[in-house]
Amino acid sequence: MIKLENLTKHFGSKKVLEAVNLTISDGQAISIIGPSGCGKSTLLKLLIKLDQPTSGKIFIDQQDVNALDEEALIGLRKKIGMIFQTSALFDSMTVFENVAFALREHTNKKEGEVNEIVKAKLEMVELEGTGDLMPAELSGGMQRRVCIARALAFDPRIILYDEPTTGLDPITAVTIENLMIKLGRQLKATSIVVTHVLQTVFRTSERIYFLADGKLIDLGSPQEAQSSNDPRVKTFITGGLNP
Amino acid sequence: MPYEKFLEQLGQKVEDIFAGFGYVTILFLKVLANLFQGKMSVKLTLEQMVKIGVESLPLALTTSAFVGMVFAMQIAGEFTKFGAGKFVGGVMAIAMARELGPAITGIVVAARVAAAITAEIGTMKVTEQIDALQALGATVEKYLVIPRFIATTIMLPLLTVLTILTGFWGSYLVAVYIIKINPTQYLDNAQYMLRTWDIWCGLIKTAFFGMIIAIIACYRGLNTKGGAKGVGEATTSSVVTTLIALFIVNYFLSVLFFK
Ligand SMILES: Nc1ncnc2c1ncn2[C@@H]1O[C@H](COP(=O)(O)OP(=O)(O)OP(=O)(O)O)[C@@H](O)[C@H]1O
Ligand SMILES: [Mg+2]
Repeated sequence: MIKLENLTKHFGSKKVLEAVNLTISDGQAISIIGPSGCGKSTLLKLLIKLDQPTSGKIFIDQQDVNALDEEALIGLRKKIGMIFQTSALFDSMTVFENVAFALREHTNKKEGEVNEIVKAKLEMVELEGTGDLMPAELSGGMQRRVCIARALAFDPRIILYDEPTTGLDPITAVTIENLMIKLGRQLKATSIVVTHVLQTVFRTSERIYFLADGKLIDLGSPQEAQSSNDPRVKTFITGGLNP
Repeated sequence: MPYEKFLEQLGQKVEDIFAGFGYVTILFLKVLANLFQGKMSVKLTLEQMVKIGVESLPLALTTSAFVGMVFAMQIAGEFTKFGAGKFVGGVMAIAMARELGPAITGIVVAARVAAAITAEIGTMKVTEQIDALQALGATVEKYLVIPRFIATTIMLPLLTVLTILTGFWGSYLVAVYIIKINPTQYLDNAQYMLRTWDIWCGLIKTAFFGMIIAIIACYRGLNTKGGAKGVGEATTSSVVTTLIALFIVNYFLSVLFFK
C-alpha cells in the first residue's frame, strides 16, 4: 500500500505540491494527469526518495520512506520499478548491460541465468536481438522500452511510469499500453502512471487523479473522469475546445 | 550601491566555498564508511585505474621529461658558474622526488582526470542517469565515487614513480650532454644526496592528491545543474578547485615531511 500524507514540495518560492493526500491499495492501477510542469515527475521522484519533500510523509508498505536508513531504502527501491520520462538509460553500457544492471548489482546469479532473464525481458518489450546495441543507437521509443525492461528485471511489485507513451508514434504507444496492461495482470503490480496522454490513462488505469496548482483531485474511474464537471479538468480533457 | 552588491556577491561566494567544503567532507566520510564495510567493486576500480593510466601517462611523461630538462639547463648553467657543478645531480634528484614529480603528476591528473570524472558524472546527473542508478538500488558511493577514489589514490603514486624517473633522466641528458657535467659525478651526487625517505614522502603526497582529485571531481559532477552548459561549468570549476586544493595541501604536507 502506498500512502501520501499532506505531501508538500516547494522549489524555492515555487509551490509544486501542497498537502497532497492519496492512498493506493495493492494491485491498483492509478493515473495522475495534469498539465506540463504541474509536478507529476516530482511526485514520482519523491516516492523513491530521489528528492526530499518539504513536509508531509510517504508510507510504502507501512514504512516511512524518508525515515529509512540506506539499507532499508535500497530494499524498498528493489521492490519498485521506475520508468523515467527521459528513459535515462546508462549511455556507457549496452542495452543488455542496462537491463542486467539490477540483477548483477543485487544477486549472485550466474551469467547464464542473467542472460535468460534479460532475454525474456527484452522479448517482453519486443526488442529481441538488440542486446549488443548502445542506447545512442536506439530510437526514442526503443529507449523507452529498454527502460521498461530494465525496471522490470527484478519483477517489481510497484511500477512507476513517468510519461510512458509521450512523444511516441501511435502504434508504439499502443504496444507499450498493451505491455502495461499485461504487466498489471501478470505481476499483479501496483502501478502509478503519470502522463498527459489521455488515451494511455483511459486504457491502463482504474482510477484517475488530476494534479493542478499543487492539489490532487480524484476523478474516479475513466468513465467518470470523462464526464467530470470541474472546469479545469474539462479544459484539460478537451484541450480547451468545446465538443 | 556598487560596493554593497560587490560585498554581497563576495559574501555569497565565501558562503558557497564553506558549504562546498562541508559537502566534500561529508562525501569523503561516506566513502570511508563504505570502504570499511567492504562495499566496493574490484572490476569497476580496475577499469578506472586503467583509464586513469592511459589518460595521464603520455602527458605526465612528456611534461616531466621537459621540466627535468629545462631545470637542468637553468640549474646546471648557474651552478657551474660558481664551480658547484658537482651538486647538480643531487639537487635535481631531490627536486624531482620531493616536489616536481608529485606536482607534475598532480597537475596532469587534475587537468585530465578531474575534468573527465566531472564531465562524465555531471552528464549522468543532468540526463537522470544518477536518478536511475539510485532507483535501481545502487548507491552513488559504491558505484561511482569509490572506484574513482581508489583508482586515483593508487594510480597517482605509481604514475609519480614514472614521472620522477623520466624527469630525472631528462635532466641527466641536458646536464651531461649539453652542459657537459661529468656523468659519474652527476649520478654519484644524486645517490649521495637523495634519501629513500624523500621518495616515499613524494609518493605519499601524491596519494593525498589522488584522494582530493577524486572527491572534488565526483562532488562537482554529482552537483551539476542545468544541462550541457552546467556540465561545462562544473568541469571547469572542478579542475580549478582541485588545482588550488592540490597546491595548498602540497605546501602543508611538504612542511610536515621535509622541515
Ligand atoms: N530540481 C528542481 N529545481 C527547481 N525547480 C524544479 C526542479 N525540478 C522541478 N522543478 C519545477 O517543478 C515543477 C514541476 O516539475 P515536474 O518535472 O514535476 O513537472 P511535470 O508535471 O513532470 O511536467 P511534464 O509534464 O512537462 O513532465 C516545474 O515547474 C519545474 O520547473
Ligand atoms: Mg515530467
